[in-house]
Amino acid sequence: MKKIIEVKDLVTQFGETVIHDGVCLHIDEGEIYGILGESGSGKSLLMKEMIMLLAPTSGEITVLGSRLSQIDYNEAQMLRQQWGVLFQFGALFTSLTVAENIELQLKEYTHIDLKMRNEIIKTKISMVGLPVRAGGLYPSELSGGMIKRAALARALAMDPKLLFLDEPISGLDPIGARNFDSLIKELRDLLGITVVMITHDLESIYSTVDRFSVLADKRVVAEGNLENVLQSDHPFIEKFFKNDYVEKRLDQRVGRNVQ
Amino acid sequence: MNEEYLRIEQNHDHIKIVSLGEWTLYHEPQIFRALKKIIPDKKIIWDLSGIKSFDSSGVMLFSTYFEQFKKRCEVEIVGYTPKQERMYLLLQKNRATESIPIRHENFFERIGKNTAASYNEFVQYLEFSGHVVSAFLYYLKYPKNFRYKEIIYHIRLSGMNAILIIALTSFLVGLVISYQSAVQLAKFGADLFIVDMASISITRELGPLVTAIVIAGRSGSAYTAQIGAMKITEEISAMRTMGFDPFYFLVLPRVIALMIALPLLIFLADMIGIFGSMFAAGLELNISYAQFIDRLQEVLEAKHFWIGIIKGPFFAVLIAMIGCFRGFQVTNDTESIGAQTTASVVNSIFFVIACDAIFSVILTEWDI
Repeated sequence: MKKIIEVKDLVTQFGETVIHDGVCLHIDEGEIYGILGESGSGKSLLMKEMIMLLAPTSGEITVLGSRLSQIDYNEAQMLRQQWGVLFQFGALFTSLTVAENIELQLKEYTHIDLKMRNEIIKTKISMVGLPVRAGGLYPSELSGGMIKRAALARALAMDPKLLFLDEPISGLDPIGARNFDSLIKELRDLLGITVVMITHDLESIYSTVDRFSVLADKRVVAEGNLENVLQSDHPFIEKFFKNDYVEKRLDQRVGRNVQ
Repeated sequence: MNEEYLRIEQNHDHIKIVSLGEWTLYHEPQIFRALKKIIPDKKIIWDLSGIKSFDSSGVMLFSTYFEQFKKRCEVEIVGYTPKQERMYLLLQKNRATESIPIRHENFFERIGKNTAASYNEFVQYLEFSGHVVSAFLYYLKYPKNFRYKEIIYHIRLSGMNAILIIALTSFLVGLVISYQSAVQLAKFGADLFIVDMASISITRELGPLVTAIVIAGRSGSAYTAQIGAMKITEEISAMRTMGFDPFYFLVLPRVIALMIALPLLIFLADMIGIFGSMFAAGLELNISYAQFIDRLQEVLEAKHFWIGIIKGPFFAVLIAMIGCFRGFQVTNDTESIGAQTTASVVNSIFFVIACDAIFSVILTEWDI
């Protein structure tokens, strides 16, 4: 299978503080990949490094075949059109309405005419579970959950091959969260996009994520699907997955595979 | 353009449309143009098997035309994959007939809205001033609640740190005043009167005004931006819920700090402004420093100096209150920080000058 993202021996350091010390992982085409870890384990930083917002201290990241340490401006711009990013707090442009936020890249990078563009925007708004009239609202008029959805619609505007989601579920109600998960899965199935998401949500890890990595002690302590990860006896994994609450859920879901 | 997305075969009883290549965002306009040319007058057979890749905009384009053709004639779709069908259904489910509302305001609506907004702002400002005054009275009643640490901090931030820029500006103002009037005074042989002119205008008017304008631009805007950012990040709400009244913690320390710092800065500006004019007088009119200071002691009455200093606290209250008020006016978007900061500087400079004018009128009436 084709590797969409490959991270090799990544080191991130701020002054004396070492955040990542030799992080290695790869993400295959068409999979939904989760990044899990304690607060402060550098999940968001890792994502920032993947989307070229931050340069790692050393190590190499390859995204869609481009090596980020040697990328030139034009190649970087091309790459940026091929992914969509959902930020943790939405990061919608406050001076634009929701519809204008979604329209921005379509208008800048394609030549689609106004009528069709409007159709696309309306469909995306409705796809993420917002009413169409929300398109005319400004971000300051939206609730937290609505901002998340609008931001997802913006991330999906260009039908990206690669989707980065930073805690997409947080701030949504449980039903909205499950719809969010199934939408992500549906899009992956239909369009073959690759999804990288930072998540703490157990339900998402069980139902949506194909493979994931666990960040702890400055490196990836476990990688793979749920069963692979559960074989690890790292304290964080013990704490996160092997408690009463989780075990009850596990029995219901993968039951026999665990034993 | 050299790639083909659509092949149309005209047969005797039907039209065959063959979709080819990449039906994606970037090729949408070309496909759109090709589709527009089709006249659906016979049965249409639409073959999708040649599509290499597609995305939601491609499927949407297809469904738009599919529906259009269906109204006019019989349409048969062949060669589609299950994925394409599912995508079609997903998008179809979310196709909305409703349109996104666009807000329009005409000229008169805007005038009305702005007028009402200005009036509201004025009322809110009065309310804000009332709050500040009552908080101040509370302070006086319970002086142990005084937030000395914050006050000292703000004196340092907006007073001490401004020393260099104020010294430089007032030196230049004094220098320029002296330099410009030297030429005129020399014509009358009234060289020594430069001392009267420069010292009185600097201590009475220019010193306070220049200081206030620099501080309005420097500290007033900073107050707005700080408080505005705190409002966006909900820090102010957090303070309120913990029982920390922002008027005691944010507004009053800034107002009091500036009331203390501004007169001191005006004093500095006076001294350095006069030194600037002395420097220029020495260069241009050959008036020695000793001569200048002799004359200064004769002509510069203490009242001129005190009038300048007295203006300080008044200007300080205006600048600090407008700065803080504008900060609280920031709403939940980043653009309003910029708008409010601009408004803060413009308003406070205007009101400082207006206040100065009122001083002039009153003092002239009283013959001081």
